Amino acid sequence: MATDVNSKIKNVIESSDVVLFMKGTPEAPQCGFSMQVVQILNHVGAPYKAINVLADPEIREGIKAFSNWPTIPQLYVKNEFIGGCDITREMFQSGELVALFDKEGVPHKQAAKA
Amino acid sequence: MPMPAAEIERIIKAALPDAVVELTALADDDDHWAAKVVSESFRGLSRVRQHQLVNAAFGNRLGTELHALALTTSAP
Repeated sequence: MATDVNSKIKNVIESSDVVLFMKGTPEAPQCGFSMQVVQILNHVGAPYKAINVLADPEIREGIKAFSNWPTIPQLYVKNEFIGGCDITREMFQSGELVALFDKEGVPHKQAAKA
Repeated sequence: MPMPAAEIERIIKAALPDAVVELTALADDDDHWAAKVVSESFRGLSRVRQHQLVNAAFGNRLGTELHALALTTSAP
């Protein structure tokens, strides 16, 4: 049932400050776009929870409806949908991603930009 | 099924009349495009909301007729 999937997704998103829905695992991404987001998060050094949507067809379809976003990966910070690969990369390059982590109290290894 | 640049621009401008649209082909197949869209409608919105405005203009044609559209959005 759709409601069950939605509450399942909601629980996952609330279970960690940073949640990445991706294809494959951080150790073995199955898609170049998922890999890029993993690389960014690893580079920034923020702890995150990765959900492999390939291992759960229900979540794989459910997450797209949940966020009204057609593609995976999807990055959530503090229950808020931030974006997919393009947006995450753009925000990382502009410094907005680190600024967001600072604002939300997410620990990371990057020195704050002056 | 591919979608030519003129049609992509028409669809975006139908939803966002003030939009300035710049299209770049990512492959030589009319099927993989990058679009830079600048519109006053984006002001104050998160990038996700900006992209959703553009995606909504295509309805279910995105992902079916048009395979890939990489978006960059901003307010003027």
